[in-house]
Amino acid sequence: MDTLTLSRLQFAATTYFHFLFVPLTLGLSLLVAILELLYVRTRDEDYRIATKFFGKLFLINFAVGVVTGITLEFQFGTNWSSYAKFVGDIFGSLLAVEATVAFFLESTFIAVWFFGWKKLSPAFHCVAIWIVAFASNLSAFWIIVANAWMQHPVGYVIRGGRAELSDFVAVVTQKFALLEFVHTVGGAWILAGFFMLGISAWHLARKQHVAMFKKSFRVAAIWTLLACIFEMFQGHLNAEVLATSQPTKLAAMESLWKTSGDVPMHLLLWPDEKNGRNLVEGLPIPGMMSFLAHYNPHGTVKGLDSVPKEDRPPVLPVFLSFRAMVGLGILLFWVALWAFWKRKTIEAQPLLLKILPWLIPIPYLVNQLGWTLAEVGRQPWIVYGIMRTEQGVSKIAVSQVATSLGAFVLVYTLLGAVDFYLLWTYARKGPLPETAEGGHHA
Amino acid sequence: MLETVWFAIWGVAWAVYFMLDGFDLGLGTLLPFLGRSDDERRILVNTMGPFWDGNEVWLITAGGVTFAAFPAAYATMFSALYTPLMLLLFALILRGVAFEFRSKVNSAAWRKVWDTCLVVGSFLPALLLGVAFANLFAGIPVDREGTFHGTLLTLLNPYGLVGGVFFLLAFAHHGALWLLAKSEGKLRIRAAHAAAGLWIATLLITVLFLGYTWFATRLWQNLLQRPIFLILPLLAAGGLVASRILLFKGRFWQAWGASCLFILTATLFGVAGMFPNIVASSLDPVASVTAFNGASSPLTLKIMLGVVLTFLPVVIAYQSWVYVRFREQVTSHTVKDGPAY
Repeated sequence: MDTLTLSRLQFAATTYFHFLFVPLTLGLSLLVAILELLYVRTRDEDYRIATKFFGKLFLINFAVGVVTGITLEFQFGTNWSSYAKFVGDIFGSLLAVEATVAFFLESTFIAVWFFGWKKLSPAFHCVAIWIVAFASNLSAFWIIVANAWMQHPVGYVIRGGRAELSDFVAVVTQKFALLEFVHTVGGAWILAGFFMLGISAWHLARKQHVAMFKKSFRVAAIWTLLACIFEMFQGHLNAEVLATSQPTKLAAMESLWKTSGDVPMHLLLWPDEKNGRNLVEGLPIPGMMSFLAHYNPHGTVKGLDSVPKEDRPPVLPVFLSFRAMVGLGILLFWVALWAFWKRKTIEAQPLLLKILPWLIPIPYLVNQLGWTLAEVGRQPWIVYGIMRTEQGVSKIAVSQVATSLGAFVLVYTLLGAVDFYLLWTYARKGPLPETAEGGHHA
Repeated sequence: MLETVWFAIWGVAWAVYFMLDGFDLGLGTLLPFLGRSDDERRILVNTMGPFWDGNEVWLITAGGVTFAAFPAAYATMFSALYTPLMLLLFALILRGVAFEFRSKVNSAAWRKVWDTCLVVGSFLPALLLGVAFANLFAGIPVDREGTFHGTLLTLLNPYGLVGGVFFLLAFAHHGALWLLAKSEGKLRIRAAHAAAGLWIATLLITVLFLGYTWFATRLWQNLLQRPIFLILPLLAAGGLVASRILLFKGRFWQAWGASCLFILTATLFGVAGMFPNIVASSLDPVASVTAFNGASSPLTLKIMLGVVLTFLPVVIAYQSWVYVRFREQVTSHTVKDGPAY
């Protein structure tokens, strides 16, 4: 394999891995902050215990999320130096803003929160976790703005062989970025909601700490349903913006080969990439695609034939990850509705209590599918329409990248296994008795 | 002008990173030597508890500043230093999780594994950063395309290695002073002995490194063109000497502060001596990436200047608050009653 393929594999592997931890950080920081706020407002001990319990799981997850994030910032320079040189003026600045404005805040106050249980007043301690929650979501905003610029570059001019900033406000406030941001954090909030629902349900099914886990369940049930509704609403807007911003991605998602009007949506579909057509095409909803893209059943939707073959993304992975994301997302919505409906008598719902812990992996999968769709759908471009992926790679020895990729696979597998083991152990253990709090436990 | 200002910010970001993460990398390296019992090792690790993560963000910021202000330098530097940077990354990854994981399972073997990660993950970055910066001072074999003509062994040249040992010892000394201020009893006495011994070692390696720099690089010659900057090596020498005097007088926090000054100004000396080069080419002076040919557009530099001047003072304010708020000594008692790593 060449440097390009290995660098792409390495970026994909390290990003997928990083994003196993990020969404829980984004969502659980807010949920823990809500639990602690409820404690400060009501002085109900159950909320304090719940804050500590979920806070510990938060920290175990957070550690791996932070350390694997450094890899991504470095890789733009190590493996994608031509890309870095070409876009640094804009993309590099956004990463620097993220570190300065958000990441400092997050990393400093997470330590204040963890070490400050006895040193700070309850109200101030609660402020610390709210700062962490705010900063981690703000951090996501800047990273997503940078990614959105790769998806839909705006506010730039090409000068001296590189993209230079011409309008900072346009870069930060473009519709594509804002929609991508709310969709990403929405997905993360759902994931954290199901995490809390699943763990609370596991303990409730075993009649452990019932009063406390009923409270965490109630908070998570309301939260998750709201997050699901939010996600579906702007999820549609995200698809709509693609019709004008990234038509080839939308065409690949729907396996639409020919540009035409009155485009139906097929419920049964299977692409035949080699021959540029669909192998199976059935159960059409007339005009639905046109309507979703333009609010007009007769509107013209660009197909894959609107660009030459070498400018098209791989269709099958984009098509499949989109369908799976939407399908599983809808499933999660119905379960969230069910959990919300039964939240007051949850201890008497054995079936729901049994299902919920099993569902924890699903939103993880959905988040990864969303990114697969976003990033594979952007191909063959590293900056959509301006720079091709193969133009971005560094001129470095294949052996270097092969070695580092091997090391990443090894180290990350071990790290993932340890972190999963710890989350599993501490989630099942439940809240620790207060007297054993110090000791060896954090 | 804008480029020169950004060159200064770039240098300050790295200098602050070395000053802050320096003591916890150094202390991590000293863990097996200073912590004789499990309890002592736990105290030692927790003296850096509330600080190490915030310190490390300075590395992300220094990297981000390089990317934002000097994309060409970022691209050349990071791809040329591929292998040492990957080693640095793995070291920092294992070190970061080691803090969080070491007390999560009640087993001596488990703790041993993560403490080993912490030691290696502290030792390697200190060494590698020193090697990397010494090579940047001396220049590396990059061509006009920014392609690196060499291997890891090219970087492990005598001057590079002296730079690595310089960082290692200066950080270890810095870490010992921190422990001295943050511990009590036997551990503190051991930290005092270590700080005194490491001071001599740091002094010797500093003299060697600065002398070697005269022959291996053009830093001194460059500085002599603008003699005002000779204040930097003078301040560094002053900081190093003051740290020994203050240690002797028992003013531990001030001794640590003097060591901060030493690391900060020693780095700035190197950076000022490089100006305007960021990645000097040893093959062809025209291939060097400088603050002028490698900079971002004036608009980006202006906007980023606004961001940095607005937010970095805020960052410095709340990070200082954390240092003051969590300044008290860590004892057996503190770690037993938790929260602690």
